[in-house]
Amino acid sequence: MTETTNDILLLAIGSFGILFALTFVGEVLRAREEPGFVNPVLDTYMTRVQSWWGMVAFVGVALLMGKIGVMVLFAFTSFAALREFLTLTTKAQADHMSLALAFFVVLPLQYFFVGMGWDGLYNVFIPVYAFLLLPIVSALRGNANRFLIRVAETQWGLMIAVFCVSHVPALVTIDVVGYADRSVLLIAFLVMVVQFGDLLEYFFGRRIGRTRIAPGLSPKTWEGVVCGVTCAALIGGLLAWITPFGIFGAMAMAGTASLVGLMGSLVFAAIKRDRGVKDWSHLIPGQGGFVDQLDSVIFAAPIFYHFTKYFYG
Amino acid sequence: MTFLRQFAARIVGQSIRIFARAITAVRADWQGIEPVPKQRVYFANHTSNGDMPMIWSCLPPAIRRTVRPVAAADYWLKNKLRAFVGPEVFNCVLVDRRPEVKDKPMDKIIAALDEGASLIIFPEGNRNMTDDPLLPFKAGLYNMGVARPEVELVPTWVANLNTIMPKGEVIPLPLICTVTFGSPIHVQDGESKDDFLRRASDALVALAPEDRT
Repeated sequence: MTETTNDILLLAIGSFGILFALTFVGEVLRAREEPGFVNPVLDTYMTRVQSWWGMVAFVGVALLMGKIGVMVLFAFTSFAALREFLTLTTKAQADHMSLALAFFVVLPLQYFFVGMGWDGLYNVFIPVYAFLLLPIVSALRGNANRFLIRVAETQWGLMIAVFCVSHVPALVTIDVVGYADRSVLLIAFLVMVVQFGDLLEYFFGRRIGRTRIAPGLSPKTWEGVVCGVTCAALIGGLLAWITPFGIFGAMAMAGTASLVGLMGSLVFAAIKRDRGVKDWSHLIPGQGGFVDQLDSVIFAAPIFYHFTKYFYG
Repeated sequence: MTFLRQFAARIVGQSIRIFARAITAVRADWQGIEPVPKQRVYFANHTSNGDMPMIWSCLPPAIRRTVRPVAAADYWLKNKLRAFVGPEVFNCVLVDRRPEVKDKPMDKIIAALDEGASLIIFPEGNRNMTDDPLLPFKAGLYNMGVARPEVELVPTWVANLNTIMPKGEVIPLPLICTVTFGSPIHVQDGESKDDFLRRASDALVALAPEDRT
C-alpha cells in the first residue's frame, strides 16, 4: 500500500468516525423522544447525516481509484449541477442546439482536457471557445428575443457548473515539487475544510449570530462567518500533514477557501431568491440539489487551484 | 410466446423509466393527493410526446400497474414497434378519433374505468404549440366525470418538457422535469359542461410553476 492510499484510508476512517458519532447522537435523541412524536429538526438532521454517509463513501472510493475515479465522479457532479442550473435559466427553442452542445460536448471535453492535464487548454476552453461559439450556434437560429439574457445565463451555468467544478479534479494535475503522486489528497483537503467551514458557520450563526451580512438574501451573519472561517483554518492546520503547504500555509489556504466559499453561497442565495426557489432540486435527501450542497466548493475551487499553482507549483 | 412478450414489455418499461429518471431526474410532487392506489383520472397538459411516459415513470409501482394512458390509435399503431410499446408496455387504451369509426372512444374509456383501471388523459386533444398555457379542453373529461362520478379527476401538470424535447428537435436536453398532482375535482350537480371544463382547466394551470425568468 502506498503512502497516499494509506492517508486516504486514514481520512476516510476519520470521517466515518465523525459520522458515526453524529448518527449515534441523533439516534440517542430520537430514542429519548416520546413515542409517536416527530421532531422535524431532528428528522432533517438525520436525513442530512445519512446523505453525508453516501457522499463520504462516494468521494472516498473515487479518491482511492485515483485520477480516473476523480474525473468520472466530478464529471457526473458537473452534469447534475449544470442540469439544475439550466433548468432555471432563460432559454428559447433557438437555444436547443447550443444547450445540447453544452451538455454533451463542452462538458465531456472539459473533463477530457483536465484528465489529460492540458492546463493551457482547460483554463480557456469554456471562457474563450464555448463563450464565443455557443452564442453563434444560438444566433444562427435567428431569434433575437431576449438574446443577451439567454446566452449570458447559459454561459454563467457553464462557468459555474463545469468550469469551476472541474477545478476540483484539476488539483490532481498540479506539479508540486516533492508531492507529485499525493495530489489527490488536495481534493480531500479542499472539500473537507470548505464543508466543515460551512457546517460550523451554520452552527455558530444559529448560536451567536447577530449581524446579518445581506439581510434580503440569506440568514448568514458576520459572527457565523468569522467563526466558520476560523474553524476552517484550524481544521486546515490539523490536516496540514496531507498537504505540501506546511502548518501556517495550510491554515491560510483553508481560511481563504472557506471565506470565498461562504461568500459564494451568498451569490447562489441571490440567484435562488431571484428565481423564486428554495433549493436547486430535490436530488439529495435533506440537502436539496447538488448545487446547494456544493455551492461553496464551486466558488472556492478555482481560487484554491490558482493559489496552489502560484505559491507551491 | 405471450410470456416472452410480457417479459419484454416489462424490460422495455423499466428501461424507459430508468432513461427518463437519468435524463430528466423526473420527480412527482404530490400536492393535492397522496400516492395511494385509488381509482383516478389524471388529466394533464400536453406539450410533447414525452408527457405520457414522464407521468407514467414517476408513478409508484403499485399505481403504475393499474394506470392506463388514453392515447391515439393512429399514432400508436403506425408501426410494429409502437404497436408493441403503446398497448403492451404502457397498456394504453387506444382510441380512434375519426368520426366514421363505430368503436366510440368514450365507450372504450368507460369500459376501462369499469374494469377498475385509472387513466391518464390529455384533455386538450392535441399537443399545445402555442404560448398559452393550455388549449381549450375537449368534452371527454366532462363526459367521464358525469358517467362515473365516483372517480377522482386529478389535475396533473408536467413542467419543462416543452424545453426538454420541443417539436422538431432530435436530442433531448437533460433538464429537470417535475410532475405536480393537484387536488381532485368532480362534476358538481347541475354544473354545465363549459363551466366544468373551465374549472378543470383553471385547476390545472394553477399547478404550473410561476415563470420568473
